[in-house]
Amino acid sequence: MASYDVVILGGGPAGYVCAIRCAQLGLSVGVIEREGLGGTCVLWGCIPAKSLLESAYLASRVRHAAEHGITTGELGFDYGPAMKRSRAVSAQNSKGVEFLFKKNKITWIKGTGTLTSPKTVKVGDETHEAKKAVVIATGSRVRGLPRAGLDLNKTTVLSSDEVLILDKAPKTMAIVGAGAVGCEFADVFNAFGTQVTLIDIAPSILPLEDGEVAAELTRSFKKRKIDVHTNAKIGDVKIEKDSVSFTIDKKPMTVDRVLVAAGRAANVEGLGFEALGVRLDDRGFVKVDEKLQTTVPGVYAIGDVAGPPMLAHKGQREGVVVAERIAGQNPHPVNYGNIPNATYCHPEVASIGMTEEVCKAQQIDYRVGKFPFSASGRARTAGETEGFVKVIREAKYGEILGAHIIGSHATELIHELGVARENEFTVEEVDLFVHAHPTLAEAIAEACLDSLGRGIHA
Amino acid sequence: MATKVVMEALSPTMEEGRLVRWLKPEGASVANGETLAEVETDKAIMELVARGDGVLRRQLVAEGATAPVGTLLGVIAAANEDIAALVGGATPVSASAAPTAQSPAPAVAPAPAAVAPVSTPATVAPVTTTAPEHETAASDGGRVRSSPLARRLAAERGLDLHAIAGSGPNGRVVKRDLDATAAPAAAAVTSVPVAAAVPVRAGTEYTDIALTQIRRTIARRLAESIGPVPTFYLTAELDVERVSEMRKAMAELGDDYKVSVNDIVLKATATALAQHPEVNAHWLGDRIRQFARVHLGVAVAIDEGLITPVVFDADTKRLRDIAREVRELATRAKARRLKAEEYTGSTFSVSNLGMFGIDQFTAIINPPEAGILAIGAIEAKPVVVGESVVVRRRMRVTMSCDHRVIDGATGAKFLATLRRLIENPLLLVY
Repeated sequence: MASYDVVILGGGPAGYVCAIRCAQLGLSVGVIEREGLGGTCVLWGCIPAKSLLESAYLASRVRHAAEHGITTGELGFDYGPAMKRSRAVSAQNSKGVEFLFKKNKITWIKGTGTLTSPKTVKVGDETHEAKKAVVIATGSRVRGLPRAGLDLNKTTVLSSDEVLILDKAPKTMAIVGAGAVGCEFADVFNAFGTQVTLIDIAPSILPLEDGEVAAELTRSFKKRKIDVHTNAKIGDVKIEKDSVSFTIDKKPMTVDRVLVAAGRAANVEGLGFEALGVRLDDRGFVKVDEKLQTTVPGVYAIGDVAGPPMLAHKGQREGVVVAERIAGQNPHPVNYGNIPNATYCHPEVASIGMTEEVCKAQQIDYRVGKFPFSASGRARTAGETEGFVKVIREAKYGEILGAHIIGSHATELIHELGVARENEFTVEEVDLFVHAHPTLAEAIAEACLDSLGRGIHA
Repeated sequence: MATKVVMEALSPTMEEGRLVRWLKPEGASVANGETLAEVETDKAIMELVARGDGVLRRQLVAEGATAPVGTLLGVIAAANEDIAALVGGATPVSASAAPTAQSPAPAVAPAPAAVAPVSTPATVAPVTTTAPEHETAASDGGRVRSSPLARRLAAERGLDLHAIAGSGPNGRVVKRDLDATAAPAAAAVTSVPVAAAVPVRAGTEYTDIALTQIRRTIARRLAESIGPVPTFYLTAELDVERVSEMRKAMAELGDDYKVSVNDIVLKATATALAQHPEVNAHWLGDRIRQFARVHLGVAVAIDEGLITPVVFDADTKRLRDIAREVRELATRAKARRLKAEEYTGSTFSVSNLGMFGIDQFTAIINPPEAGILAIGAIEAKPVVVGESVVVRRRMRVTMSCDHRVIDGATGAKFLATLRRLIENPLLLVY
């Protein structure tokens, strides 16, 4: 029987980061992972998707090359090579995690683990002992929408997993679910020439984002001929050999492929939870307390399996916190109220904190400051003037309640406001820092100023 | 003869104190009763006074250091007196010393040879102010680790960041710490200075009333509206004709006990309070404490300001006992000879400015008490009695009420009882 201080089930972002932090703190670690290191993020999510989005971005940029005096021959947009490139990037990243495991002397136990006691995990015929703690980081998977008649069949009704390895872009595609995943793939396939229909049952796309941001993205998508349907109900789904037909709000439609970009389920099956007493919450996630401990002492859960938001960076931070706790430290708890959301479609969308809708609902006295990128010199030089920075501050003290950015590089820009909010800087402190000119980040300072009624450039 | 300066128990519950500031340098001449230093107790910053005449020869505890009660802080002696024997056993306490344990490091006492009253602080052990290592020590005396938002909120709410334990990285004070201070409902009561329960005299019975949601909301809203104590005022004009007659009769009978009108008012107030525990109460932030016994604080003007000695169990004491006690407490208050336990532990207070000819005034509530009664001057004036105008002696009383504890009608009922007692002082003999 192999013995470790800590055994971690799952080598995704939550699990591998937890493992590295444990190792740094002098604990011996075994990580059980059946596929490749890096999990959904590296293999089937963030990394390959962002690679494709980068290809899509280049595709849209190159269409404007002539404006810059750059002459190209006839343009071709082929999804296949972009996909292959994304797989190579993904594989590189996975290798990177493998290297980190070696560097930190972490054991990768290949296979699937089942808890046989709070301190033992069985992988195949072998039992591995966890002397200090077991950490469950088994993640989540796409679930499909069987109730809408959209069972994943991997040929015509696809999940993001299959879409990531298509050889070529289909002529027509319906994307069901206009959250981050749906919007990102709408962007990718639109750039590669697919006629995309984006459908959500919610009243707007990116339903968790600020309403103004969602409206701006909708405008941008429609301009690019992405067919956006919100408040939409799908019915009469008929799955053919090489197409899918259905109705949106009773109007018939036929597409080559459907991408189901809604619904994820936690991976909690076959782990021995029932026998051990690891309980789930009513949404099927592992129930954890504020220390991320499950209902069984000494067994922790982190990442997607421990509940939303299902974001790699949230899982990674939970991994660090749990590792430090296992090592006897008293880490700062995860600040769930300030985790950034990032959607990498074009224009990008990023946010922290509360939306204006939430502020209204909570009857908070707030002020909004906005700055459009159309007024930013840097954005004009890049020819990317879509979008804006929106800062919501508390009326009296200037506390940053929420920040919402839509536009080029929004997912990078949001961090200035995230750090400010984490440290309780008010809008005034953000402005006090002299922002370099010309940069996109100036728009942040301007939005802060605007919230104080003192904007300079708008 | 040399006099020791020791950390005195400046409040009944004090176990240790922090020497905030020496007010006299080494070598300064001091007189008995003069203030030597400021000491922070568990509740307040108080003055430590000299207990003898002479020269403050040595300061054995550095500013900012904490020392248990009884610790030798310094020595007062004649300028050329040998104080080696006194100082020899003492270990200087530097600011970095742990609060309860004395620092063993600078074990060698400073050379006792220093005879001249020259102020050389350097001879008093090397004072090293190393930052404490534990996380909550946010303050190094001056700058407090705090977020900009926390600083703004603290300034707005009048909170001292030094007094707030920070929960951010390295003890940084952040917004939630201020929220915890401002709204102690969920937090431990003892961590909230404004609403800390005062020590209760042994044997004092009380009932803690849990706050209902509506009471909690009323408290929060009112406090937001007016300062830390949302106060309202109730004024009543009482007829003191009978009290005056009673006082006159006492005088005619020889005035053996020297019971004043004020004493009668105090007795009546105490009696009324015993019947209205809802007024005889403290606001403790997360609950209201109603007292079964009446410990009446009596405001006494002294040269330096004001102090409120306490007549304990005033409702059960005879008039002559109250008269004697108040007289005696006031005399010692003016001489600054009151012990801390004599001016703490009141459940309700009374302030009388009638002797200064004030008709009516409002007094400031002494938290956590829920009310204070301000007594005005007695004045003969025409009033309508029945169908005719007659001259009567009248006195105005104004009760300041903490609205978080006392509602208008509650206060009014209490004043009605007080009126009945004062207008019919015979009831006080029961």
